Amino acid sequence: MTARIGVVTFPGSLDDRDTQRAIKLAGAEPVALWHKDKDLKQVDAVVLPGGFSYGDYLRAGAISRFSPVMATVIEQAKSGMPVLGICNGFQILTEAHLLPGGMLGNDHLHFICRDQKLKVENADTAWTVDYESGQEIHIPLKNMDGRYVADERTLDMLEAEGRVVFRYVVGGEFADGFGNPNGSLRDIAGITNEAGNVVGLMPHPEHAVEPLVGSGRTDGLPFFTSILKKLVNA
Amino acid sequence: MSRTPLDTVEHAAETPDVELPWAELGLKKDEYERVVEILGRRPTGAELAMYSVMWSEHCSYKSSKVHLRQFGEKAPQSDALLVGIGENAGVVDVGQGYAVTFKVESHNHPSYVEPYQGAATGVGGIVRDIIAMGARPVAVVDPLRFGAADHPDTKRVLPGVVAGIGGYGNCLGLPNIGGEVVFDACYQGNPLVNAGAIGVMRHEDIHLAKASGSGNKVILYGARTGGDGIGGASILASETFDDAKPSKRPAVQVGDPFQEKLLIECTLEAFAEKLVVGIQDLGAAGLSCATSELASNGSGGMRVTLDDVPLRDSTLSPEEILMSESQERMCAVVEPSKVDRFLEICDKWDVIATVIGEVTDGDRLEIFWHGGKIVDVDPRTVAHDGPVYERPYARPEWQDALQADDANKLPRPETSEELKKQVLQLVSSPNQASKSWITSQYDHFVQGNTVLAQPEDSGMIRIDEESGLGVAIATDGNGRYTKLDPYHGAQLALAEAYRNVATTGAKPLAVSDCLNFGSPEDPAVMWQFAEAIRGLADGCLQLGTPVTGGNVSLYNQTGEAAIHPTPVVAVLGVIDDVARRTPVAYREEGQLLYLLGDTREEFGGSAWSQVVHDHLGGLPPVVDLERERLLAEILISASRDGMIDSAHDLSDGGLIQAVVESALLGDKGARLVVPDGLDAFTFLFSESAGRAVVAIPRSEELRFTDMCGARGLPATRIGVVDGDAVEIQGEFTLSLSDLRTAHTETIPALFA
Repeated sequence: MTARIGVVTFPGSLDDRDTQRAIKLAGAEPVALWHKDKDLKQVDAVVLPGGFSYGDYLRAGAISRFSPVMATVIEQAKSGMPVLGICNGFQILTEAHLLPGGMLGNDHLHFICRDQKLKVENADTAWTVDYESGQEIHIPLKNMDGRYVADERTLDMLEAEGRVVFRYVVGGEFADGFGNPNGSLRDIAGITNEAGNVVGLMPHPEHAVEPLVGSGRTDGLPFFTSILKKLVNA
Repeated sequence: MSRTPLDTVEHAAETPDVELPWAELGLKKDEYERVVEILGRRPTGAELAMYSVMWSEHCSYKSSKVHLRQFGEKAPQSDALLVGIGENAGVVDVGQGYAVTFKVESHNHPSYVEPYQGAATGVGGIVRDIIAMGARPVAVVDPLRFGAADHPDTKRVLPGVVAGIGGYGNCLGLPNIGGEVVFDACYQGNPLVNAGAIGVMRHEDIHLAKASGSGNKVILYGARTGGDGIGGASILASETFDDAKPSKRPAVQVGDPFQEKLLIECTLEAFAEKLVVGIQDLGAAGLSCATSELASNGSGGMRVTLDDVPLRDSTLSPEEILMSESQERMCAVVEPSKVDRFLEICDKWDVIATVIGEVTDGDRLEIFWHGGKIVDVDPRTVAHDGPVYERPYARPEWQDALQADDANKLPRPETSEELKKQVLQLVSSPNQASKSWITSQYDHFVQGNTVLAQPEDSGMIRIDEESGLGVAIATDGNGRYTKLDPYHGAQLALAEAYRNVATTGAKPLAVSDCLNFGSPEDPAVMWQFAEAIRGLADGCLQLGTPVTGGNVSLYNQTGEAAIHPTPVVAVLGVIDDVARRTPVAYREEGQLLYLLGDTREEFGGSAWSQVVHDHLGGLPPVVDLERERLLAEILISASRDGMIDSAHDLSDGGLIQAVVESALLGDKGARLVVPDGLDAFTFLFSESAGRAVVAIPRSEELRFTDMCGARGLPATRIGVVDGDAVEIQGEFTLSLSDLRTAHTETIPALFA
């Protein structure tokens, strides 16, 4: 038996097919979900993929958050279903209040696309058990509105509860993927909810699953093997 | 409320003496008289609008047509060509049942007026051309040319253009995998913003722009029609800029990439269910173009009710609706029984779709407004029978003096120290510096099939996950070479793009071009144009790569000063298994570096002559297309048989530029020895064509050199991949970190 993992297509989703490919490569079964459809087709977990849903008009993720499918996703996430939000998906998760904080425009005001160095801070979530805490990985990053912000209390709470899942690695050469690429507070690249079933991050693990294409690394594959392991062993 | 009477066909026939603003709409007097002659009466206002945009230089190719014919007349025999010149884009067979469509277009003038929107809608337009052929777009490329890097206006234009390309293309989910960025003062008032796109489909899915089958419905879908871009083609693209005239900003369209993304998905879904008989995108000249082209390419006529066009601005006149260049619109011809399903798919994607007319038995294009017939024309006279000019052309008087001003006589570096200094000067110059500040604003990962992207020699996309079948594309153009010798300059652009595709391991198949020139009314410019086309057509014939389509952009000129003639050539190639691709970066220390081809003292138009001496004169490098073909065959064989781990073509900047790029990308140095018979300066800076540097694992050396020997390609061992510096033995050593600083800091310092 394998796990069924849903990938939602919103109008303007871009990485939905890539995410389905990554799920398949990890050995799970990808299931396409449509934003107008409340039915999650009995999937075991859901990925909200990257893209520019509704053109990012108004504010990234702000409109998608109200789509029919999200009503069900929010409800099931609260009862423990694993949900991963990548880039625009992360933005939707914050807009839906499944994760705290929000995203603003990059501090340098440009779109940025590069292979980004990240540090895994929490290897206990549903989506990160196949990493090791403290591990450094390269995951492609590409966004316009990637600057994670939250008030000091929220940031302190996230840190205290170990809910910062990924941090941008600062220090080395920028060209090698080091550095905070967008001005995110406390170099935060990804976070989780209290229960650890909902994870959101700005970089794109689905673009790092094959040695030949994308970044040419496979550092993103453990996201998808993690969830498979979690669901099949459950 | 009083209104002037509707200018119907009947009204026009009754009022022959009404003066129409044909001159303001860009028509010449004799062109207007020709319209009257065709119709046998004065045109209505709506007819005049249609003829004026469709007969503009941009849409009718009236100055270029007589020369462009050579691409057809001299087309090489090619089994790969499925759809040739004349359709929205050419289509090439790449094997395994796949077909690839690709094209390069210009959006030069709008991008100068309003850089962000001009560049953004350039991407939008080329992508719609690709979907109109039935293909899913899989990648875009952007060849760009700007004025001097340190000119204040370049700082206005470049960041806007780059943000516009990124803002639109990123939002569409199309990886940006290639292109160029070139600076030259000649483009100061006329930046060149060319945009290319590639699409993939199965052979049986090819769609064409034609309206056939009486009773079939004409459906307009996508964005509502607004007042933007009215007269874009006739006014903006077909006139030179003149500071004295009012701002032309209102003629630039505004893009909505989100709408276009929906348009792509909904069109592809309609194709998949075989609901579409014919399709055309709305670009330049909007509905005028789409209706007249669909009707004239089909078997019947067409009747359109303009009142049914969904509007963003209800005050638009019928003339404005016909001329509007509002973006993100398409026009499909659908059988009546399939209309409901087509509209359902549009509704699923929240795309507005409206039946605006139908295909008729006759051969007329008739358009109605408020019950009156305002257009009644033979659509061919609008779409295809535009004026054709045999513009006078003559080799300019200054050409001899320019060629006599030999760059080979410029003072050369006399000491190793000076040589080293000039190398640093070269690799840090704006044209030769790393463009990653620009390309990192483009998404090159999306769709998950990008194998190679800039700064590789060509962009490469996997199109079949099982077999590994892929396509590669490279775009090149060198205005400096072409200014020195238009015929050979155009061939050098072709040769470089061809070589770039082969360097990555792909077999070159076909060509698209974007021909950027000054005013066709200047005989010197027209001569450059004629010569460049002759060179390109001859070159394509010799290399066996047909031109499948492209675009002409004239009037790239401010006052008397035309840009350098700049034909940009895109070559498309195919590779059986993308796992065999050859990247630029050095991979392993100890591998041997070989220089393939002949190096001569050729500095005319070179990057060295520009950077060190600010000089343009002499002759460009000699073109030898047979040599290019041999080099390509060797590079492809070596890639397929696993003999080389890295390859980089040599072009502007010469060998040292290529070696520095390979070293920095691989983060591995190189030790080079100047070969016998060459001096260090020529070895490093010559821009002789038909060359590449390859890195060969030692175990493959013999096999590789035997192959080159047997085929007659000169291969010279010039060094080894080693260490953390680029060293020219007996001359100088430059550390990778110094080179990296020099190479990467220039562009951010100018534009960030």
